[in-house]
Amino acid sequence: MQIADPAIARKLAAGIAVALLGVLIVLPLFASRALLQDLFFVFTMLALAQYWNLLAGYAGLVSIGQQAFVGLGAYTLFATTIAGLDPLPAILIAGAVAAVLALPTGFVLFRLRGAYFAIGSWVAAEIFRLLLAQMKQLGGGTGMSLGPEITNSMAGLDFIKSAFDMRISAARDTALYWLALCLVVTTLTAVYLLLRSRQGLALAAIRDSEPAAESVGVDSVRTKLLVYVLAAFGTGMVGALIYLQKARISPDAAFSVLDWTAYVIFIVIIGGIGTIEGPIIGAIILYILQDQLAALGPWYLMALGTLAVIVMLVAPKGLWGVLSERFDIQLFPLRRQFRQ
Amino acid sequence: MLAWLDTLLQGTLLGGLYALYATGLSLIFGIMRLVNLAHGDLIVFAAFMILVLSQALGIDSIIAFAIAVPLMFAIGYGLQAILLNRTLGADALPPLLVTFGLSIIVQNGLLETFSADSRRLHVGTLDASSISLGGFAAVGVMPLLGLLAAVVVIIALNQLFYRTGLGRALRATSDDAETAQLMGINNAHIYALAMGLAMAVGAVAAFFLGARANFDPTIGPARLIYAFEAVIIGGLGSLWGTLAGGIVVGVAQAIGARINPEWQILAGHIAFLAILIIRPRGLFPRMAD
Repeated sequence: MQIADPAIARKLAAGIAVALLGVLIVLPLFASRALLQDLFFVFTMLALAQYWNLLAGYAGLVSIGQQAFVGLGAYTLFATTIAGLDPLPAILIAGAVAAVLALPTGFVLFRLRGAYFAIGSWVAAEIFRLLLAQMKQLGGGTGMSLGPEITNSMAGLDFIKSAFDMRISAARDTALYWLALCLVVTTLTAVYLLLRSRQGLALAAIRDSEPAAESVGVDSVRTKLLVYVLAAFGTGMVGALIYLQKARISPDAAFSVLDWTAYVIFIVIIGGIGTIEGPIIGAIILYILQDQLAALGPWYLMALGTLAVIVMLVAPKGLWGVLSERFDIQLFPLRRQFRQ
Repeated sequence: MLAWLDTLLQGTLLGGLYALYATGLSLIFGIMRLVNLAHGDLIVFAAFMILVLSQALGIDSIIAFAIAVPLMFAIGYGLQAILLNRTLGADALPPLLVTFGLSIIVQNGLLETFSADSRRLHVGTLDASSISLGGFAAVGVMPLLGLLAAVVVIIALNQLFYRTGLGRALRATSDDAETAQLMGINNAHIYALAMGLAMAVGAVAAFFLGARANFDPTIGPARLIYAFEAVIIGGLGSLWGTLAGGIVVGVAQAIGARINPEWQILAGHIAFLAILIIRPRGLFPRMAD
């Protein structure tokens, strides 16, 4: 082969990634609050996209119901912090609650195959939305807000405030930004490690041929359930973080199929499904489009839908698929190769 | 007691409407294993089409409806021939994601054109007329016609499937697409005809949707979900099963609403879940998958 050694390209990419992470960590010290808020959006959407991609791109579980776990995580955060818990552990508990509820949900939904699983997952999200709308303690159908006495009580906030001489609102944005960065980096690492593990190999085998995978001893239901519960755990934590930032919740917003699943699907399709790199590109593209076009309202969504349909028809592996084939690059190497 | 009978009756009538939503979905899944996530939005689109035709041409909704049926057939045919046939294949992902994108496009296109206002189709004196059933209950004429329409549509489709050459081609393609193609059937054309039929039935559903309740551009996804529940409850591959499934959802919703108005939709979903747990393949399954 005449092209450069892919291992060198990878090392270069890893170096750039570490440098980028360093810049992102110290960014709050000199960036504007608006930029931090924009990056918060990009990070949280990217994390959601990675979990959706893990389900649809690797486990063959096309879910249109991931808003279920965003909403469950968000409501758990509200319920536990109002009860007096610090928001930081509340985020972890939110993930755990989403994961625990994902078990029975998955148990029922896995009876549906393919496309029917997709709509079934949506029904499950609707059930959770309608149930939470019945809970008067959590604001019922109209929802509720988190007061500043809760959002400003987060552990570490006073430290950031005094260490960097910030006002409480700026310290809050900084803390939320760091949490989102931490969550997205953890997500990328976890997804990467999972896909490189034995379970990841099992997933790839199931994706390529479920009967063949089962014939060599892969327990496909167990593997899929594991991925489903893991994705719910991550999605629940992201949901909790998003709503800690919003500090206002309602069932319709927290369980919105448009906000927490449609945009996420567009990110993954446009960027490239079945790759870790694709959603990163997709999240950046969505942010740029949102920034430029969101004021157009319905036209913006029509354009986004059209773009996704065109990408699916013309380049089903998305932008990253095109790039990676053209230049033979892989930043997160997942392909297994025979030694020569 | 009589009040509960009335609830059952109203639920059954509502179920007829849901069966109309579901028949098209069941039909195209049966023939090409495609689940059209834009199905609900296309039904709402058809309702707006009937509204616009009747206003622009100054004609009755019923006549506009008669024009909309062939128009929706043509739209369904074109949609399948131009767009959806390209997505069919071994991979289940492309058709799902393309129809999901389509759903967002149709919904927001309607929102942009017609705003979020609620609309209604008026059918003259039929709007509010009802038949009294000996004092304890009364049935609205339009809901009753909706249930009858579902029965007529299913009888007509079954006649088409089992009595005509086209029906034979449709069934052959459903059973084994590759072999059907070897026998000289043009699958692309058959699939487009099937989507055309599904959308024509969608126009019937749209008429009864608009004539019995308000509609706006955002209600499509909920119609898709009711239709889906009816198909799964009924069992894949059986149109009569789909009718039964629609009635189960309708009755469950009516009972839920009777206990507490806020529980109407939830009760339908719970019935669906219960049947999925007890009988995963539905009440009257005919197809393996």
